[in-house]
Formats: sequence, C-alpha cells, structure tokens
Amino acid sequence: MLDLDAGKYAAFIWPAYALTAVVFAGMIGFSLTHARRWRRRAEQLRDADQ
Amino acid sequence: MIPAPAFLTNPERFMAFSRWAAPMFGAIAIILALAGLWLGFTAPEDYQQGDTVRIMFIHVPAAWMSMFVYVCLGVSSFLAFVFRHALADAAAQACAPLGAAFTFLALVTGSLWGRPMWGAWWVWDARLTSVLVLFLFYLAYMALRASIDDEAKAARASAILALVGLVNLPIVHWSVTWWNSLHQGASVFRAGGPTLSAVFLWPLLLMGLAYTAAFGSLWLVRIRGEVWRRRAEAAALRAART
Repeated sequence: MLDLDAGKYAAFIWPAYALTAVVFAGMIGFSLTHARRWRRRAEQLRDADQ
Repeated sequence: MIPAPAFLTNPERFMAFSRWAAPMFGAIAIILALAGLWLGFTAPEDYQQGDTVRIMFIHVPAAWMSMFVYVCLGVSSFLAFVFRHALADAAAQACAPLGAAFTFLALVTGSLWGRPMWGAWWVWDARLTSVLVLFLFYLAYMALRASIDDEAKAARASAILALVGLVNLPIVHWSVTWWNSLHQGASVFRAGGPTLSAVFLWPLLLMGLAYTAAFGSLWLVRIRGEVWRRRAEAAALRAART
C-alpha cells in the first residue's frame, strides 16, 4: 500500500521530490529544445546549400 | 588508434545509433523510476529516520550521478585533448550541464534531508564541501567553455580543467573515511556488502538505474544537438565564404 503521508516531515520530503521533478523537466526540456533548434538550423543550411 | 567502439568515433554511425538508443534509454528510465518510486513509497518508515528515509531514493542516486557524470566528462575530455576527437569533445560539452544539475540536486535534497536529521541545513564537513567543489568544477567548466570564442582553444582549455577536477573525485568518495563527518559512510558500495535493509536497498538500486538510464538518454540527445550545432556553424561559415 502506498504511504504518501509524510507526517511532520512533509515540509522536507515533498519539496525535495518537487525540486527533483522540476530539475528533470528542465534537463529534458533544454536538451530537446537545443537539439531540435540546431537540427532545424542545420537542415535549413544544408537545403540552402543544395 | 582510439580504443572505442566504431560508433563512438564516427559521427554518422553515432547519429544512427543514438537515434534509437536515446528514446530507448528514456523509456527504460521511466519504467525503472516508476518501479523504484512504487517500492520506495510502499516501504515502511525507517525506525530512526521516519519518513525522511524516502529522500534517500532521490538524494543518493543524484549523488552517485554527480560523480559518474564527472567520470564521463573526464574520459571524454581526455579523448578530446589527447586524440583531438571532435565527437569526444562534443560528449564532454554535452554532459557538463547534466552533471551540474545532478550535483545541484544532490546538494539541495541532501540539505532537505539534513535539516530534520542533523538539525542543520548545511555543515562545512568534508563530504558536503567536496561535493560543493565538484559543483563549482562543473560551473567553471561551462563558464570557461562559454568564455572562449575559438572552438578548438575552448575545447583544450576546458579539457585541462576537467582533467584537473578528476582529483576531487576520490576526495568526495573517501571524505567520510578520511575525516570525521556528520555524513554517514558508504552503505551500498562497500567491502562486505550493503548494510541497507532490502526494503530500502531495492528501491534505491532501481532509482539509481533509472537516473543512469535518464542520463544516458539525455546525454545522447545533447551530443546529437551539439553535432547539429557544429554542422550548422560549419555550413554557415561555408555559405559566408561563397
């Protein structure tokens, strides 16, 4: 059974999990955005070159 | 000869490999994280630490990754510096922000765990201070890289900095053995086997593998982005010359 009641330690546990989720979301977002932006740019320049 | 698999030395093969490997590692990371979190939140409270033991499932993997990613940064930097390998340099550049993010998570989640257990958000003991130094090495690597316009000079200077920073890794690892520390000693990777109870060890190992797979996926995505950036800048340079 899931135990999501952190009791008196909730103020420490949930911020730790929330921050981890935010940092992971940031890593995923920035990595994908960076890769997609430069992929599009490289493809535009390649097409213009041909 | 560079002692690496062919796909790591050839950008075309690397791009073909990473196209399917990056989403595959990402899917593995999600499955492992869900399993680890389920086991972590169905495990009983620790008899001493109560519910705060659940911070361990995100803090310890972040701490492991902070060191593992630096090893990846060091190896990539070595290959880039000695063999002038462009893909190794892209790999080094791609993993530094990820390492910094994992180290930041290790420091902050550790602080959130330390406050209720030690009564302090931060103490200047050897483990915490050496991890802070590790974080500063990541930031210094990225700052140095960004401050030099010449790509080749930036690669060499930042590779030297990354290799110097490797000295800090054994200090981080053995800091709890060499000095008196509030931080507990190794309880998983130690001679004689883990001292953790299985109800905590399994979710911790699953989360550790999830973090590793997530890093693998994101690292590949970032290297792909770096390869495209360099291709775009080379194409822009060619276009400017004609």
